[in-house]
This record gives sequence, C-alpha cells and structure tokens, in this order.
Amino acid sequence: MARQPLLVSLKVKGFVKQEKMHKKKCLFVCFLKIIFEKQWFYLDNAIGHVYGTTFEVTSGGNLQPKQEVEETSTEAKEAGTDNRNIVDDGKSQKLTHDDIKALKDKGIKGQEIVQQLIENSTTFRDKTEFAQDKYIKKKKKKYEAVITIVKPSTRILSTMYYAREPGKINHLRYDTLAQMLTLGNVHAGTKMIVMETCAGLVLGAVMERMGGYGSIVQMYPGGGPVRAATSCFGFPREFFDNLHEFPLSRVQSLLGGTFSAEPEEMPLLEEESNGLSEEKQQETEEEPAEISPAEEQDTMDISLNCLFCCSKVRDKQIKQWERRKKLKEAAALLGEKNADGLIVASKFHPTPLLLSLLEFVAPSRPFVVYCQYKEPLLDCYTKLRERGGVINLKLSESWLRNYQVLPDRSHPKLSMSGGGGYLLSGITVLLEQGRAGCGTSEPPKLEEPSSKRCKLQDLPC
Amino acid sequence: MSFVEYGDTIKDGDTAIVFLGHESMFPVKVQHGTVTQTKYGVIRHSTDLIGKKYGSKVTCSKGGWVFILHPTPELWTMNLPHRTQILYSTDISIITMMLELKPGSIVCESGTGSGSLSHALIRTVAPTGHLYTVEFHQKRAEKAREEFREHGVEHLVTVTNQDVCKSGFGVSNIADAVFLDIPSPWEAIGHAKSALKAEGGRICSFSPCIEQVQRTCLAMEEYGFTEINTLEILLRVYNVRTISLQIPDLGKAAEDNSSTGFDSSNPSHQGSPCANLQQGTVQFKSGVPLREVVGHTGYLTFATKNLV
Repeated sequence: MARQPLLVSLKVKGFVKQEKMHKKKCLFVCFLKIIFEKQWFYLDNAIGHVYGTTFEVTSGGNLQPKQEVEETSTEAKEAGTDNRNIVDDGKSQKLTHDDIKALKDKGIKGQEIVQQLIENSTTFRDKTEFAQDKYIKKKKKKYEAVITIVKPSTRILSTMYYAREPGKINHLRYDTLAQMLTLGNVHAGTKMIVMETCAGLVLGAVMERMGGYGSIVQMYPGGGPVRAATSCFGFPREFFDNLHEFPLSRVQSLLGGTFSAEPEEMPLLEEESNGLSEEKQQETEEEPAEISPAEEQDTMDISLNCLFCCSKVRDKQIKQWERRKKLKEAAALLGEKNADGLIVASKFHPTPLLLSLLEFVAPSRPFVVYCQYKEPLLDCYTKLRERGGVINLKLSESWLRNYQVLPDRSHPKLSMSGGGGYLLSGITVLLEQGRAGCGTSEPPKLEEPSSKRCKLQDLPC
Repeated sequence: MSFVEYGDTIKDGDTAIVFLGHESMFPVKVQHGTVTQTKYGVIRHSTDLIGKKYGSKVTCSKGGWVFILHPTPELWTMNLPHRTQILYSTDISIITMMLELKPGSIVCESGTGSGSLSHALIRTVAPTGHLYTVEFHQKRAEKAREEFREHGVEHLVTVTNQDVCKSGFGVSNIADAVFLDIPSPWEAIGHAKSALKAEGGRICSFSPCIEQVQRTCLAMEEYGFTEINTLEILLRVYNVRTISLQIPDLGKAAEDNSSTGFDSSNPSHQGSPCANLQQGTVQFKSGVPLREVVGHTGYLTFATKNLV
C-alpha cells in the first residue's frame, strides 16, 4: 500500500490546528495521542469518516461522532429584559471549581456540565435572551470538547498560521495572500518563481492553484528551502516533480553568466570519501585466498562493513550528483528568462530581490511583492521606476472586517486585525536596450500624474 | 493566447490589452486589416500588432506609444464592457480562496452578469474543472457565451439561461463550490445545496445590503450549512509620492547664525527625511492614500455543506 501522509486539520470551535501523521500500512494512527487546546484525544476513531465530521471527545480520550442534538426551543425560556438589576459580584455561580472538576472526572458529558452550570447560576434567568445565548455559547466552548476534522487547504492553513503563528509568515494575513494569488494570475500550466520565507505557506498556496500543472522554481536563502507548511497541504507526490529550488546566493552568478553547477569549494569530505572508497574496494578485492575459517569470519565482517561503507559513500555521491543535476535544471529553467510570474513574500528587503529576480520573468507578466512594512515598498517602487520595464505599479493594502450576523444582533465583530501587510504589484514589459538606468522607460505622459498642485508640493516619483 | 494559457506573440483573433498609461487601458480584438484609434494615433493591427511579442511597445501614428499586454482575468475585469455592476479583483481574490477553488474544481455561479467573476473562476479551475453559470437575462447570457468563445475558454464553461431561484443551476451533486450574486439569494440556497456534492462543498453569497445577508444566513442555517461567516474586504491603494514640507521660520535663539534646531546631521540616509536648509524644506517619500476610495462593495457570506 502506498504510503501517504494522512493530513488532518483539527477545528475546535473556532481554532484550527494541523497535525501530520504518516500512514504505515494498517498500523497507522493507532495510539497517536493529540494534545491540543487543553484537550487530549486519540485520532483512531476518526479514520474512515468523511472530512467535515464532528466528533465529541469522550472521557477515555476517544472520538465519537457527535449526534445532532435538537435545541429544546419548545419550552418558553424564562428571561429578563435588561441588566439594570444584575450585579456582577463573581458569586452568581454556585458550583465551585472542585464541583466542576468532580463532574468532569465522573465522565459527565460536556452538555450536562453546561446544563448544570445554567441551573446553578443565580442570575441566568434574569439575563436577556441574547445574554443567555451568549452565556451558553461561552460555556459550550469551554466544556464541550467538540472536534471537527477538516481537509487542509490554503484557506484553512493561511487562517491558522495567521491566528497562531503570524511571526512565521511575516504577518501575512490570509486575505493579503488571496490578493497575491489573484494579482499574480497564479494558475495551472505556468512557470512561476516564488521567493518566500513564510515557512512554505505561500509556496503551498501557489502549488494548490497550479494543481500540479506547470513548474515552480523556489528561490531560497541559506542552506535550503523551508517547506514546513507546504507539507501540510497534503499534495500528491506528483506535485513535487515540477517543483525546483535555486539558492539566492547563486543568482548573481547566474545573471552574470558565471554560474556553474559545480560546488564552489571542493568539500574535503568528498575527496576523503573518494579516497576511502577506493581503498576499501582494493581491500575487498584483495580478500580472496589464505584465510583461516576464524579469520574468514572476521574478514567477512570487515568486508561487509567495507561494502556497507562503500555503499553509504556511494549513496552520498549519488545524492550529490542528483543535487547538482537538480541545480542545473533549476538554473536552466531560470536561464530561459521566460517565467510567467514572480511572487515574493519574505523577511528580506524587497528591492534587491525584485531588481534581480525580475530579470528571469518574461514581458507582459504579473509580479507581486509582499512586505510586512510599507516603507521598503516605497523604495522598491522608486527603484523599479528607475529601472524601467514595468508598468501598472500599484501599492496596496487590503482591509478586512468580519461580521456577526444574528437576528437583531448584526454588527461587525469586536476585534479586527490592525494590518495584514502591504503589496506592490505590476506587469513587466519589454525592457528597452541601452538604458542608462536613470529616468523612466515610459514617456512623461506615463509617469504617475502629479495630480493637483497642492501646497504640499507633491512631486511624482 | 487564451485567458487560461499564456502566449508569447500576438496573433490574429487574440484579445489584447492596449496600455496607454497610468490606469488607462482598453481591450482590443486583433484582426488583420483593422486599425484602432488611440489618442496617440492609429495602431495598424497587421503591421503593429500581429507577430509582435506581448509586452512590446508600439508607436502610434502621432508619435506617442503604448504597450500591448496579454489579457488576464484581472485586466479584463478592469476593462470589460459593463452590462451590470461587476465584482472587482479584491472581492474575487477572497472568494476564490475561501471557496477553496483550484484546477479541477466544479463551480456553479449565478448571475453571470458581465462575466467579470466568471473569467476569474474559469482561469482558476482550468484545465480540468468547469464553471456552470446561470443568467436569467437572455441577451446577457448570449453575450457571455460569445465572450467565452472569443477568449478561448468555451470548453470550460456552460452558460444556462434560467432563473436560479426557480430552476437551480441545471446540475446536481457535482459542485465543489457555489457562488450567488443575486437580489434574493435566500431563495436559491436550497438549489445551491442540491448542486453541491453530497460529500460537501463551499458556498458564498454576495449582497450589498445587510438585510439580505441576514435572510441569507438564516436560510443557510435552515438548510444545514455550517461555518457560516460574513466578512467584507476593501482595497486601500497608495500613491507613491515624494513630498516636500517647508520648515517654518521660528526665528533665532541667539544672535549667532546657528540653525533653528532642526537636526539635519544625516541628510543622505535612505528613507529618512533630508533637510534642505537653504530652501527650508524637508523631503521624504510617502505612500499617500487616494482622496476617494471605494468604501463598500458588498458583504461576503461563506458557509460549508457537510455530509453529516
């Protein structure tokens, strides 16, 4: 049976977390304990159910499909009209911490506990209906351990990362990511260049929209690309066949024509191991005659070890050769200078990235740069204008607001994200030859208009 | 060229975008022998367009020049002929992501309107997905079909001329996502649910008025949709400008000629203001918001249909 990671996003009343497990034949997720949001449970019972199924966590930590309980709306709820007489002295709940703990230990269902809390609240029936609803919702969230297992997607993962680990993704809010994918016209069959330091979330989002068609070259700083979030999407293996990577540290050499896939310094290890493997081979060859049975056993062991070492060393060499081959492939893809788009979302200053990576993009193709801050994009905009070869430059930010929609209680939600980052987008055009590097590629009429003559003395950039 | 596949060179029959400058562009149907008038002069398709690379600069008869761009759904949205109020790329982006659309997705949409969202959906679900779009206005339905054909995407879309509230989408149990942009979406929720796959899918309703949203949310709940969530999204655009502000004359503290206290020790630091004391100004770069921006398009309500 082919090994496929079983990816699961867990939704607990508003929060989403991702867990990755590997399916190994039939012994897959047995005994895998998930600890999350002060709850713990085993995922065993989830296997076989459809995505979107909601479970309750029983006292043994097992998952059980939740039965749909009909809200008892038939009985007339006793409720007050307003809160003028309700005093919040912290004493309205008669059950103590210990009482509640005792109930939990007895294995009482969450629903029951909520019911108990309601019955033991002196102020409950004085609350308005709305306040009662709110109270019940709050207690349910706390005591009813309800888990929904959902399939991972850009929507789920980007909202999750923004809510729980925004630092890992440079505070890229999910709607800003959505804008990037559209502004960049990310779709199947294109050749995209992606440069991101968002744990691989942006890469995953691009891969999802490409559906395995086309190719991607991921530029990376340092030793290798980070794809922690990418693996959470659960893409089939084939998606990764056309995913390449290329180190940023070699971009200048590639642009300057001095690139070579050979390693820059001769790694000592390689030489050493080369020598070693040769030595070992000679040893094993010299093995044959004049060995006593006891010695034979020893030498057998030694030769087995040698063979093992040899094969390990050979594996290493094969790996290195493969790596070099992949590097050459990526360099070739970039070298064609006909990429269909560029997506940048990193912690680095965007200007040098744009100025160099745009060289690999074909004319009349979109590019999008994300930055957590506005100012670097102002600089990027200016430098791009100087460089020329780009039009329709737009610096933008998206504003997002969530709403509570309930009968007679509809309003924007109380908390809101203060900022989700900024985007600079544009379209490439054929860069004219023999540019001096200053002035705009477009005639004066195409510059940003210096609108009305203001007292502030605006000057177009 | 097609709206779902990039081409390199302009061909006869293509739809191309003529870019004249800041926010000034229009679509053009490339045809042998035709000419197009622009304020910079005439563009002759046969000599100036056909065979040229997309992204090329074309000089018009009066001497000014333009750029010819490959069409994308986003450029199309900015330039298409309006038959109805359209959805712009900001809303389209969040809709695409929240409906979890990708290559291979089956989507149902109503109403088709001017086809702004339709083109974007088709682009996202290509090459293996499909868009079923319903429009109750006959002429608009026909115009949409015509445009999809011209843009090389007719194999990815089916336009049906009927009222979605009465007759649904014309398909059942196959859609991964449904989108509604109609006056009374609550009347179509039932049809949306049956169009969606049995295993589940996503739904989105776009309404300008909160009252419509309230009725739609209730209907979604009644039909068993979960994860009902309403949001709105707006784009704030900034113009990049170099600003010069005058330094006020506050007089002198003493009789000597020392400066009036504005520290200009680092005039050449990137990004920080550079004081030009002779002229009495400070210059800096700023992202200036536009004077008038879009304040509201509509509320987007998303929900999930689950099997259980």
